[in-house]
Amino acid sequence: MLSEDEIKEIDHEIALVPRRNAACIEALKIVQNNRGWISDESLIEIAAYMNMSAEELDSVATFYNLIFRKPVGRNIILVCDSISCYVMGYEKIYDRLRNTLNIQFGETTSDGRFTLLPNPCLGTCDCAPALMINNNLYRNLTIEKLDEILEDYK
Amino acid sequence: MERPLTQNISSQRLPLNLKDYIAAGGYRSVHTTLKTLSPQDVSKTVQDSDLKGRGGAGFNTGMKWSFVPMNIPGQVKYLVANADEMEPGTFKDRLLLEGDPHQLIEGMIVSAFAIQANISYIFLRWAYKKAARIIRRAIDEAYEAGYLGKNILGTGFNLEMHLHTGAGRYMCGEETALLNALEGKRATPRAKPPFPQISGLFGKPTIVNNVETLCNIPHIINYGPDWFKSLSKGEDSGTKLYGLSGHVNKPGIWELPMGTSIRELIEEHAGGMKTGYKFKGVLPGGASTDFLVEEHLDVKMDFKSVAAAGSRLGTGTMVVLDDRTCPVGFIHNLEHFFAQESCGWCTPCREGLPWTEKILLSIENGQGSKEDLDLLQMHTEFLGPGNTFCALAPGAMEPLQSGLKYFREDFEKHIELKICPWR
Repeated sequence: MLSEDEIKEIDHEIALVPRRNAACIEALKIVQNNRGWISDESLIEIAAYMNMSAEELDSVATFYNLIFRKPVGRNIILVCDSISCYVMGYEKIYDRLRNTLNIQFGETTSDGRFTLLPNPCLGTCDCAPALMINNNLYRNLTIEKLDEILEDYK
Repeated sequence: MERPLTQNISSQRLPLNLKDYIAAGGYRSVHTTLKTLSPQDVSKTVQDSDLKGRGGAGFNTGMKWSFVPMNIPGQVKYLVANADEMEPGTFKDRLLLEGDPHQLIEGMIVSAFAIQANISYIFLRWAYKKAARIIRRAIDEAYEAGYLGKNILGTGFNLEMHLHTGAGRYMCGEETALLNALEGKRATPRAKPPFPQISGLFGKPTIVNNVETLCNIPHIINYGPDWFKSLSKGEDSGTKLYGLSGHVNKPGIWELPMGTSIRELIEEHAGGMKTGYKFKGVLPGGASTDFLVEEHLDVKMDFKSVAAAGSRLGTGTMVVLDDRTCPVGFIHNLEHFFAQESCGWCTPCREGLPWTEKILLSIENGQGSKEDLDLLQMHTEFLGPGNTFCALAPGAMEPLQSGLKYFREDFEKHIELKICPWR
């Protein structure tokens, strides 16, 4: 069941567009924000509320990089793997993350603390390499800085 | 005023709020436009200024607007600001979005008036969290002050403005795919014609303009087309936000006269190459533009001059390739991105890009053969202009085709030595 708060937020988005289903990406984001990811159950609930079939909504949900159809950890690390960060050595940052957290891209630590994902250009190329954790952007990364940053996320 | 777009932007303080923005001369173009000009006047002024789209395509903005049907009573129309900056190596719109949100809103009001649109959206990249907060606040301020909403400044013109944040996909930057995303669909491109100016968002006439393009509009209205042309020292008018990343001393972003040379950008503004690194090539306008090399350093960065040199100005944000970075690895990184971000709608792109990526990876890992170079060459033709549904794959082929041309020896060395010489 969608919560009252979720419905309120989704209704707000529906009011901004002329067709109800046009707000479906917003609805996915609202529910994901609350629940961490979009389970099959969540998908079915949202689809029903948007007057869409679950299949149709899933075709949208799976298209976008930032809609998660698998469980994720409490904190999501998005490592920029695009060209400026490649030139400036994002691979060293990734190696450090792999060794520290014992996970590869696409995996979650066994304690559910972190999910590690590659991400296209974060638009901060003059401060490469960069990554985002949850809503926070970190730039001009070094391995020392990275170790400190990770400490802030439990 | 040499730098109209960034005159209010300072990294030392918060962006101007509405009151301070007005005190600095802001929203003047809205008063002028809504009170004294006709939509046709605005379009003509912008067309005369020769402002070209700053998203990368470089089409005359006023001309683009001129295809919108006018004078159909009750016709719903939309204006969309494309703030889905996701071209790898590009970080220019972020500066305008975070640095001076009211400038964008002002540009959108005047542009919406020119096409008589009453609803507008800012399609913002999900990753730009700070920009989202800043723009949301600025929109609220503009509504409170009567610059947005019903009967703006008592002139009878209405404009709603909404911020829409994406869910992450490079395709959303393509204007028809962006419209599909706004409609809550998969962001696949649409067939053209009909062009969005005739049938765009929800089937209604729609203009999609890049953020930097829209931010130029208030200044063109305030100071006129001749002034705008005089800002440039190249073939196209205005200033341009140029960015530079890679192993240079001072990577960054600067508003400079259109037509500033590549050499000046690298040597003066970016402080030259870092000690121990030599210049080998540059993508002049983002990941989907052809490499330029040493012989092109004096090329002026405007649409015509860069095209004449065999590349595209694109977004004007450059990525430098240095001698300590493997060009095959560099191009593999680009093709990995394009293969991942292909929407899968048309076969050449969906199948050809992953194939290209695999070949490049095998060459980079020392497992390539001479025939692989022919295969790559074949892809640059099969995925080139005219063979795919949109510009993604042809764009992806630009750095590959020019890479094969300028760095062929480096490709061959990988194959001969059976290892990447940079490892």
